[in-house]
Parts: sequence; C-alpha cells; structure tokens
Amino acid sequence: MTEIQTKTASPQEENVLVRLKGAQSQFGYIPEKSIMEIAQSLDLPLSEVYGVATFYSFLAIRPLGRNVIRVCQSLPCYLKHSEMIIDTLENALGIKFGETTNDGRFSLGFTNCIGACDLAPAMLINDELHGNLTPDKIEQILKSYK
Amino acid sequence: MPERHIVLKNCKVIDPQDITGYLARDGFKALAKAREMQPDAVINEVKAAGLRGRGGAGFPCGLKWEGARKSPGDTKYLICNADEGEVGTFKDRYILENDPFTLIEGIAIAAHAIGAKQCYIYLRAEYRHRLNLLNNAISQANDKGFLSHVEINIREGAGAYICGEESALMDSIEGKRGEPRYRPPFPTVAGLWGKPTVINNVETLMNIPNIILNGAQQFSQLGTEKSKGTKVFSVSGDVAKPGVYELVLGSKLRELLDLAGAKAVKMVQIGGATGRIVPAEMLDTLLSFETILGAGAVTVYDESRDIVDIVLRTMEFLREESCGKCSPCREGTEAMVAILRKFADGRGAPKDTVLLEELSSAMMLSSLCGLGQAAPFPVTDSLKYFRPDYESRVKQKMG
Repeated sequence: MTEIQTKTASPQEENVLVRLKGAQSQFGYIPEKSIMEIAQSLDLPLSEVYGVATFYSFLAIRPLGRNVIRVCQSLPCYLKHSEMIIDTLENALGIKFGETTNDGRFSLGFTNCIGACDLAPAMLINDELHGNLTPDKIEQILKSYK
Repeated sequence: MPERHIVLKNCKVIDPQDITGYLARDGFKALAKAREMQPDAVINEVKAAGLRGRGGAGFPCGLKWEGARKSPGDTKYLICNADEGEVGTFKDRYILENDPFTLIEGIAIAAHAIGAKQCYIYLRAEYRHRLNLLNNAISQANDKGFLSHVEINIREGAGAYICGEESALMDSIEGKRGEPRYRPPFPTVAGLWGKPTVINNVETLMNIPNIILNGAQQFSQLGTEKSKGTKVFSVSGDVAKPGVYELVLGSKLRELLDLAGAKAVKMVQIGGATGRIVPAEMLDTLLSFETILGAGAVTVYDESRDIVDIVLRTMEFLREESCGKCSPCREGTEAMVAILRKFADGRGAPKDTVLLEELSSAMMLSSLCGLGQAAPFPVTDSLKYFRPDYESRVKQKMG
C-alpha cells in the first residue's frame, strides 16, 4: 500500500494539536517541556496549550506503557460482557485499570465507544482494533505486543 | 421492505485497496458527468433529490452546499465528518473499510459544486486502523487524475465525542479544544479559519455519486415525503446478527429488528446516547426524519435488561464527554448521574423523578449545543415509558 506524501504544512495547519500529537509520538506522552516549547514558539499562553493537551482522551501528559490498551466501556460492549474482558486483562497483567505494568510494557484503560459494536466486546491496543473478544483470546493477543 | 443496497452497493463487492474494481462498476463516471455540469446545476440536482444530512441533524444537503457556494470569497472548505462517536454507531467505519472510493468520488463532486479546492476528512482517533486504507484510496484516485480540482487531506481526531459536532470539529482541525461555537454565523458563512465551509457526514457524501449519475428523480422516488432515499443503520446489542443494514427510509423499526434477529425486545435506543428510547409496544414506529432516526444507531435491549442501569450508563457517558464549555450541560449531566445512581442503588426519593424532569427541561432549553440539549432524552423517554422501573427503586421508609 502506498503512503500518500505528506506535504509541507501551512502555518495554519502547524497548530497546537498537531504539535502536541508530534510530541506524543516522539516521547510516548506529552512532557511538560514540550508544552512549554509549543507555547513559546506559537506565542500562546501556557494554559491554552495545557488546555488542549488535557482535553483529548488520546493525549497523555503522564508517561504511558509501550502498548496502550483501551477497552470499550460503552453500552453495546457492556451488553456483551465487557466486564469479563476487564477481569481477564487485570489478572493477566497484574494491574488495575488506569495503571501501567512495572516493565512499562502495557498501560490499561477504558475508552468510550470505539465504533466496533458489531464486534463487541472490543478494545484497541495502540491503533489496532480487536473485536469479538473472549477471555481465551486475550492471552494470545497480549503475546503479540512486546 | 427488505434491505436495499444503494449506499452499500460496492461493500464486500469491490476490493477497497484497488481502484480497478470500483472503476469497473461505473466508478468516477458521476464525477465526469458533474464536471461537465455547472456547479449550480449539480447543487440543483442534489436539492431536487431531497437528500438530507445522514449524521443525525437531517439538514438539506443541497441548501447547505448552495449557502457555501453563494458566500463571498474564493477560499472555501469541504469537511467530511468521519468522527463517528455516537454510542452504537459503526456504519461509517464499515463504509470506510469496504468502499472508500465512493466516498472520495462524493467528495470530489461536492468540492466541484461548492467551489472548494481543499477538503479535510476528519477521522476519529479510534479509526486510525483505517488511515492507511483511506490514504491509499485517495492516492489511487489522485494518480488516476480524478482529484485535479481538489486536495483531500486527512486530519485525525484525538479522542473526543464532542468533535463529531460540526463547530467543535472545526475548532479541533484548527488545533484548539473541540468546543462548540456560538451560531450564527453558520459554517457556510464563516467556518474553518473563518471561511465558508460545508461539513457533510460520510454517508451523506456516499449518496452523491448515485444522485448525479442516475438523477434526482430515481433517488427521490424512494422514502417518505420528507425522508428520501435509504439509510444505513448500525444494529447492536441483544440481537443474533449485529451489523450494518441499509433500508429505504420510512421502513418499520420491526423490519430492521427482524433482519438483525432481535427477540424478546424490551426497548430500543435509536440514535445512541443522545437518541430516543422506543419501548417494545412501539416497534411499528417508522424510521424517518419525521419520526425517529439520528445517525442510525440502533441498540437493542431484551427483557433481561434493567432500564435504570442503562440510562445511568448512558448518562455517565454524556457526563464524561460533555466538553465543559456551558454549565447547563457540564453540571446537568453530573447532577443527573448522581440522581440516577440513587435509583440504581434503590435509594431514590419520590421527589427525584420531579428533579430529573426539571433538570431535563433546563438543559434542553439552555445548553449551547446538541449534546446538552439532547442529553436528557434517555431520562425523559425512560420516565415516560418505564416509570415503574424508577418507582420500584424508591427507598421505603423504615418503620
């Protein structure tokens, strides 16, 4: 599959959110120094940049694990026993929701509807979608993330 | 009436990674035809078809295009809203992963009609797994010379339900917190970076090639007086066959539920968290803009489900996703969760249902955008149809 070439962004497009995402993909989260740098270079109050960084659920201002698990907590997944998936993940990883494993391999969290209700229960690991989950499948899926 | 595939006609038929199959099925013929037409003629065709927005609001598409076209200025933008965040909706994901080419053709026609040289597809962060597929389709259409008049770029969201609301979406593309804007001015006058902007849902644009190629007449003969064409529904919950179904507008809800294999239905939530509740005795309700539709999310609950629990979970979602800009929504959803939790725990007070109703009307009247205005629907609808479920959770006085 060919990737479309990224053109040089116009000044309008080189905005706070784009810059914050850049920092996140570089460091795995948005460190305080990035927030300060972005504020300075775009001549914006620190609070405004911080306000954007904390508005979006996929941006993080604290370090996360190398792999981020987001389990869908919305109703269609709940109806298909997402709590079973939640229990299995907590047991397999030895952490609670909102926590990161000691080796930094996984962070575990909830997310709202990920648009995979036909595949419920479902979760995202990083950018990848995993659906029709069962406790049995979880172990196999986790193995594929280093 | 059974399923009728117009929007989904290429899904599971063509290879979404290769434009060849799409071209063999009349792909991009509508664009060629449109580009021989004056932009106003294209707009008139869409107006005559009676196509209304498929994202939930149902605004007439042709009027929106005309508004932006007539607005002064040379720079105009087209935005495709692929920020499908409503609970229970996944039709746009299905479309993106099975037929990105019809969408791109629809965008190319819309850009020609509006006079937009730049289009952004706002793709929700949760759909990043489809980014390469979509980029590949744009790239192939570009290589074939179909996009000489418009540049299509994908802008990714970062996880915020509210960004599906069109003015919040524009703020997010501008790099800000995705918070709704005051209107007027409307986006067709002053939208993205203050320029005239059209924001269309994925499914709305999917309808365009068919309308241009086969004519308004052929499109508008389907449906009801005010709801023309078909609608793609996302069906989930207590059904044997969850998935995407396309039906002629004006079909009965019952027909859709039969297709999906729903049994022992207690209630259906249509339109997601901010949608409406339909109890089992009203399954003959028609699915149309005149009655009930939203973006086509249909979540089915069987007789084993607890209404108060469902409404509480719905409100917890809305509380979390309220952007916080206006207080009726920010504080209202918070207060509603607290009251609903009392009922869920069997600690409701008789006056709490009154409180819920008062809060509902205050939020509906005074919230800034659709989220806060529609957030009370699950509460008011469930009180209307399932009041005993609340009353049985009122705490009995001791002794």
